[in-house]
Amino acid sequence: MSLITRNLPRIFVQSAQIAAARNIHCTSNNASAALAERPDSRVTATLIPGDGVGPELVYSVQEVFKAAGVPVDWESYFFSEVNPTLSAPLDDVAKSINKNRVALKGILATPDYSHTGELQTLNMKLRNALDLYANVVHVKSLPGIKCRHSNIDCVIIREQTEGEYSALEHESVKGVVECLKIVTAKKSQRIAKFAFDYAVKNNRKKVTAVHKANIMKLGDGLFLRSCEEMAKLYPKIEFEKMIVDNCTMQMVSKPQQFDVMVTPNLYGNIVDNLASGLVGGAGVVSGSSYSSECVVFEPGARHTFSEAVGKNVANPTAMLLCASKLLRHVNLPTYSEMIRNAVEKVLKDGKIRTKDIGGQNSTQEFTYAVIGFIV
Amino acid sequence: MNLKNLLSGVLKIFGKDPEKFAQQNIKIVAAKPLGTRLYSGDVKKCTLIPGDGIGPEISAAVQQIFAAANVPIEWETVDVTPVRGPDGKFGIPQAAIDSVNRNKIGLKGPLMTPVGKGHRSLNLALRKEFNLYANVRPCRSLEGYKTLYDDVDVVTIRENTEGEYSGIEHEIVDGVVQSIKLITEDASMRVAEFAFQYAIENNRKKVTAVHKANIMRMSDGLFLRCCREMAKKYPDVKFEEKYLDTVCLNMVQDPSLYDVLVMPNLYGDILSDMCAGLVGGLGLTPSGNIGLNGALFESVHGTAPDIAGQDKANPTALLLSAVMMLKYMQLAPYANVIEKACFETIKEAKYLTGDLGGKAKCSEFTNEICDKISKSS
Repeated sequence: MSLITRNLPRIFVQSAQIAAARNIHCTSNNASAALAERPDSRVTATLIPGDGVGPELVYSVQEVFKAAGVPVDWESYFFSEVNPTLSAPLDDVAKSINKNRVALKGILATPDYSHTGELQTLNMKLRNALDLYANVVHVKSLPGIKCRHSNIDCVIIREQTEGEYSALEHESVKGVVECLKIVTAKKSQRIAKFAFDYAVKNNRKKVTAVHKANIMKLGDGLFLRSCEEMAKLYPKIEFEKMIVDNCTMQMVSKPQQFDVMVTPNLYGNIVDNLASGLVGGAGVVSGSSYSSECVVFEPGARHTFSEAVGKNVANPTAMLLCASKLLRHVNLPTYSEMIRNAVEKVLKDGKIRTKDIGGQNSTQEFTYAVIGFIV
Repeated sequence: MNLKNLLSGVLKIFGKDPEKFAQQNIKIVAAKPLGTRLYSGDVKKCTLIPGDGIGPEISAAVQQIFAAANVPIEWETVDVTPVRGPDGKFGIPQAAIDSVNRNKIGLKGPLMTPVGKGHRSLNLALRKEFNLYANVRPCRSLEGYKTLYDDVDVVTIRENTEGEYSGIEHEIVDGVVQSIKLITEDASMRVAEFAFQYAIENNRKKVTAVHKANIMRMSDGLFLRCCREMAKKYPDVKFEEKYLDTVCLNMVQDPSLYDVLVMPNLYGDILSDMCAGLVGGLGLTPSGNIGLNGALFESVHGTAPDIAGQDKANPTALLLSAVMMLKYMQLAPYANVIEKACFETIKEAKYLTGDLGGKAKCSEFTNEICDKISKSS
């Protein structure tokens, strides 16, 4: 009896400590709490179809969800920069995502000019409004898609709130334009920590920092230094650094060597697209953007594929995989697996292929094939 | 092209307005200084910077091949080991700079980049001395050396003087760094013009401007506008604009979509190395830097100190750079003979160096090319 009385308080103290420790490591616990408090078990998610073929792909996702009976309700917003008059206000969209904490988003077209002379694109504004600082693209060779390279499995983690995408530009005198690239210690450390945490959580072995610090000694130097410092805190994860031009060369000749990569904004954009090209193109790679509060799932290589609008030829794989990831994130793993397996089966079968992966089938046929495999 | 230049010069002498006669050609004179032109029968001097590591071996190989092909070029070998100047700083010897300035054309092997030695990188110094504003790198799949991509034939043209590599950076407060990417109309126009001229002179069909004007609306926007403007002057060459990410994505899926690519500094740096990766690495890709005061051709691979002096190095990149140089000097007949011999040797795959999966020595590879040249003449 005395043993129990002695141990009981200790257990309480321990559990309190664990809870405290968890609070340090997780940036937010609120999401799961909010899910638990919901009266019914249905999940609400924000939906932004985007431009180009986005609406068609989103429709495909909705069809699959309907067939699988996924308990997700969409809060749909038309959000577009190329069609500003019809677009929902940024505040409403941001508010909805902040409330639901998850969103599925198509790609927003970014025009080269702005009617109002604004330098920030809508994408940047949304990312800044929600502070979606980390973009994660998991590039993995899919079964049944013929590519030059095989067995690719790398994760590209990209800082996406500063760097070249700061939209600070001015014309000093006529014909001379300055464009500022901002790199801060705070955000570099944050993304470095995110990358190493991701590596630990997903049993990854190596983190590669991609930089150009030999030329941009201060800017990229700061980023690199932040990564190096963070690497010291994670002794079990191997750390290596690579100059961006060498990285692209290695990527096209020996992409299997990469595991987790952490990059500043623009290089991430380049490596994302390059890697996506290696495994089958923009139609098959999913991605996600994280803030400390919410997650936006969107295709990994951002192309609107506007030349295919209304032709029913786009590949919905990327969007379906995004949706599958979303379901896992909101703790609906059964549905998530179901959709992922169905998509992989269709790809592996190889009977139904869209144009981008060497077939002639339509988006609709692909969607129905996926539904056919849902059990 | 030279004939037209001469003609416009003659017209000028007679007081006629050559402008309307040949408006484009005036610009061509500006991009290609008269001094570089070679008249038949001349023996042209050319500066050779052998470089470090494997540099001397592969330079010797190139010299041997040029001798076998009877190329009318006299090499002027200079040493660029940094010396202490009158101001106490280390830098390139004046003799080397003079030689380069006199000859207006040079061939350079790989140079070791001294880390933290306190002197300016030689590449940078030469770039400045020559005003080398455009970097040209043709990447072509070589028959006989199998890579995953066998239909690559692209030329990357990179603006070399400004952009992200302007070197203007500062730390505003602790932990906040600002790097400035500088884009000017002059430099953009210059490189755009060069790209279109290159396309015409080398029978290329299409020029693609690679940009990111959707996120850098002013700076890349300016670059893009310059390319568009220049495209109007060259209606025979097809012009298209592509986002950098789109080019990356498509290049690895189907490299045959692109022909000549023109872009700002950083994008060019990244894409040119990526294209080199598609065809088998930097050991096979030539590179040329074209400037206002001359041109410098170089191999961009490393110095490979581990195999230096062992007769194992692959001279292909430097040789192809030298071939590019001959074409630039309008010695195309010699260039074609050497290029053909080199490609055939690689295709036959009898004498391949270690990096291409063969066992041959550098000298064997070189001798084989020389044999082929003497047979063909």
